[in-house]
Amino acid sequence: MSRAALLVLADGRFPAGGHAHSGGAEAAVKAGRISGAASLEAFCRGRLHTAGLVAAGLAAAAALGIDPVALDRAADARTPSPALRVAARKLGRQLLRAARATWPSAELDALGREFPKGAHQPVVLGLAARAAGLGPVDAAYCAAYESVSGPASATVRLLSLDPFDATRVLARLAPEVDRVADRAVEAAREAVTEGPDALPAGSAPLLEIGAEAHAGWPVRLFAS
Amino acid sequence: MHLDHSHHGPTTVSADAHRPDGSRRALRIGLGGPVGSGKTATVAALCRMLRDELSLAVVTNDIYTREDAEFLLREAVLPPERITAVETGACPHTAIRDDISANLEAVEDLEDMAGPLDLVLVESGGDNLTATFSKGLVDAQIFVIDVAGGDDIPRKGGPGVTTADLLVVNKTDLAPYVGSDLARMAADAKAQRAELPVVFQSLRSEAGVADVAAWVRSRLAEWTA
Repeated sequence: MSRAALLVLADGRFPAGGHAHSGGAEAAVKAGRISGAASLEAFCRGRLHTAGLVAAGLAAAAALGIDPVALDRAADARTPSPALRVAARKLGRQLLRAARATWPSAELDALGREFPKGAHQPVVLGLAARAAGLGPVDAAYCAAYESVSGPASATVRLLSLDPFDATRVLARLAPEVDRVADRAVEAAREAVTEGPDALPAGSAPLLEIGAEAHAGWPVRLFAS
Repeated sequence: MHLDHSHHGPTTVSADAHRPDGSRRALRIGLGGPVGSGKTATVAALCRMLRDELSLAVVTNDIYTREDAEFLLREAVLPPERITAVETGACPHTAIRDDISANLEAVEDLEDMAGPLDLVLVESGGDNLTATFSKGLVDAQIFVIDVAGGDDIPRKGGPGVTTADLLVVNKTDLAPYVGSDLARMAADAKAQRAELPVVFQSLRSEAGVADVAAWVRSRLAEWTA
């Protein structure tokens, strides 16, 4: 296994479509819930421990080889908002394309045949990690970190926030990203024997509600 | 793992010339250029001129609205199922160059739903002079500038002006009103682009988009040869 493969997969410039999504930050900015570095940190902390933990659990489980079809159903069950399901599948389809081109693998090809319009992004992320020769811990870290890095970089564009402030927020959240990744991997190992019900199912109602409202806006910068 | 190193499977990757079923995919032509230079108007005019002879579709990349797509729908240049808007997260140049996955999906979905297609026009939202299309997304690209944006743009160059397969200098009818020197623009473009073609057009003139349409036809003839 190459450690550097983790850097390739986790790189914000990995061409998998994430740049067009704000992870709920655009809706939160409009609603006044993100107005600066402090409220960005609070938003990211909430997202990390809910949607981030769920995504990390799914990604780790997929990296461990749990059936992706069952995991995709588990992701649907943990994503009440239809708009967020659409966004997650779009991002999953885009990640699958990038991963197949980067780390060709029969498992990724099979996933594409099973889900021609896209599986949930964290499930694809876990299988992409497998194809890259990485493990469940790496997959969980990628998912947990993405859950906060996406909103942080979107907020730099939305509020013209000082990019150093946004990066400091991410650095301050790093110990919590560690803990979320650990919890996610632990749950994923349980899910190997217990099934996907053992995976985290935390939810953030405001993220779900905000995503539904955002999908109806006529003018917006980000797709979600 | 790593059992299958080929790129064949449920979807093609990037610029593969063939679709999963083995048929040749549509020619993809990108249109980029600064805000307000007439990209959408050129796309609309191309659709009107070519729609009876070719099966075509359009992908737009708006900055923060669906306005370009909605303009094309309102003008009814193509049926709605042949027009798709990609959302770019405020960065059209990222979506057409650095991370092309959403555009590739849009192109492939159009071929699946409205196909078979001969031609897909991929329009970028207005951007800066360095915004060019990835070779993984389009087969050829047109850069559209206009005389009112300053007649020094060809002299300044930049990747769009210098490397685009076709440079279009639009709104030539306005040149006398904005003090733009068309001969100087032509000489500067020639110096920057050597043998690469340049078209001066006014969509208000009788010829309209005819020169650009002729260039598109010749690219299509090469593609299908």
